[in-house]
Amino acid sequence: MSSISGIEPVPSKPLVTAAQLSVALPVLAVLLASAVFAAFVALSGQNPATVFGLIVQGGFGSSFAWQDTLSRAAPLVLVGLAVAIPAQAGLVIIGGEGALVLGGLAGAVVTLPFAGVHALPMQLLMLLAGALIGGLWFGLAGVLRQYRGVNETISSLLLSYIGIAVFHHLTEGMLRDPASLDKPSTHPIDPSHMLPTLPGVGVHAGLAVSLLLAIAAHVVLRYTRWGFALRVVGGSARVARMIGLAVNRWILGASVVAGGMAGIAGAIEVAAVQGTANSSLIVGYGYSGILVAFLARHQPLAIVAVALLIGGMQASASLLQRRLGLPDATMLVFQGLIFVCVLVADAIAQQLRETTRR
Amino acid sequence: MDPTSIGWLALPLAILGGAIRVSTPFIFVSIGELITEKSGRINLGLEGTLMLGAMAGYAISYLSGSPWLGVLSAGLAGMAFGFLHGLLCSVKRVNDTAIGISLIVLGTGLAFFLGKPLIEPKAPPLPSIALGFWSSVPQVRAALDVNALFFVGIALAFAVYVFLNRTGWGLMLRTVGDSEDAARALGFPVLRVRIIATMAGGFLAGIGGSFLSLSYPGSWSEGLSSGQGIMAVALVIFARWRSVNALGASLLFGGAGALGPALQGIGVTGYYYLFNAAPYILTLAIMVASTSRAAPFADAPGELKLHR
Repeated sequence: MSSISGIEPVPSKPLVTAAQLSVALPVLAVLLASAVFAAFVALSGQNPATVFGLIVQGGFGSSFAWQDTLSRAAPLVLVGLAVAIPAQAGLVIIGGEGALVLGGLAGAVVTLPFAGVHALPMQLLMLLAGALIGGLWFGLAGVLRQYRGVNETISSLLLSYIGIAVFHHLTEGMLRDPASLDKPSTHPIDPSHMLPTLPGVGVHAGLAVSLLLAIAAHVVLRYTRWGFALRVVGGSARVARMIGLAVNRWILGASVVAGGMAGIAGAIEVAAVQGTANSSLIVGYGYSGILVAFLARHQPLAIVAVALLIGGMQASASLLQRRLGLPDATMLVFQGLIFVCVLVADAIAQQLRETTRR
Repeated sequence: MDPTSIGWLALPLAILGGAIRVSTPFIFVSIGELITEKSGRINLGLEGTLMLGAMAGYAISYLSGSPWLGVLSAGLAGMAFGFLHGLLCSVKRVNDTAIGISLIVLGTGLAFFLGKPLIEPKAPPLPSIALGFWSSVPQVRAALDVNALFFVGIALAFAVYVFLNRTGWGLMLRTVGDSEDAARALGFPVLRVRIIATMAGGFLAGIGGSFLSLSYPGSWSEGLSSGQGIMAVALVIFARWRSVNALGASLLFGGAGALGPALQGIGVTGYYYLFNAAPYILTLAIMVASTSRAAPFADAPGELKLHR
């Protein structure tokens, strides 16, 4: 660490370029986090090499592991986008969990009256309903910030808790299927309306939806006026106003689109995995999305890669539990360590960039 | 009429008792957050600290047989986490909101990992003081069976008020939080003050966490904290960065949190989940009411960045 921060700016020939740094530092950060995690694992009486071996095996070691990883990555990509898109506009919205479960609930009930209708329009309707409700939920945080000055990080998190309460209230009350005894659920959707499995991959079509949305987000943010405008708003609201951008509208738009992503993630979980809205939707995807987005520095394509990595890590947790008796939370510790190290590395990289530029 | 049957009075009594119980962790976490924010930093990671404190307190109480040793250990664990937060946020250009979130993940992960063997065993809980001894009505006795930490919390609120407003160190803390330039001109060690303030905040949040696991009847589970650490940040804004206000706000939040279980106790169960969301709804409503777009945070410490 000291050798890196000790680099003096040499105008003619810098030791490392900014591009090299922005790759090298996160890698170093992950290595450091892995080292700390290894020490932690060793302290709790396990062989770190065995643990790392099982993580790779459980996440990426077989076609079954890959299927598990990919089907976890699908919602992670979307909840990652839900954090990353508002981040372009300078917002830290972290309430993806609430938007996800409410989006899932909307998706679960919207097609119930249409059993037997052709599948494709119903599947689109489910995703649309999820997007709409999720967008509405995040939109609230955007409105409160722009029109009332309420910190969006806190309000989105509170809204998330409220959303989960509403979800419980409805799935255990008005919308409950009386036949769901031990696990309160909504009425199951028509089985023919479930999202199909992608041929040759063995993973549901929700994966394709999330990849397409990530690519769309990448294109829009990188190559269009919209992406540019959003970054201007994120850089400085005053500058944005001076060049005639309607800041409120951009902030709101970004929040709604982001909530829509989280809502679609919930709808996909219902339409492809669960078949009903039930408490299995509340497994912390929304919170993992924060991690995914920050590790990917809010870049949509990087989000896909990080979602695969985190999905794989989460998929391996059950193997660690079975083989070594390590609790589920082992992976939470590892993720937390990576998160901390990458954030600090990012800050150092930014500092170095500023020094070299000067 | 049966003297122990008190009819509808059972509801306000249950809310009162619940408010005292639920507010105790709020008092500690919010005053901890307040001290940190007074130094010009925001610690969003107290949710993780709270879980870590709950686990550490329970573990040490179980191992040593002394719940108070558990409380102390919870505080020390929280302080260690506060030190980590303070250190990480001293790196220039680091995003302190994100650091807070990452420490929630890490703290929760550590608490769940290390707490796995603690779900079964029974640790000695903290003592409570039977203020309802004069009454023969069981509901009154239950409501006024007050945990000792509650009184520590009340004393703390006033002690922090005196510390901030009547002592030299308090002045130094406020100066660092209000204007870094002024603090530097006066020769105050800005970074050190902020790290210590974050450690103090972590210490108190850890104690708040120990209450969750060590108050009667006492148990450790992964669902102990449900956003109290996050709500504390909102609560400090509502309390306008004043410790005695934070005490009142904690009681209010505690009352809101007690509403659901109290209603369930008298047989109103239809809206259980919605009533349980009352603290979050109240927090949100208060934040909407107490901020305005023109002057979002009039009383906030000058260096505190609630809006970037």
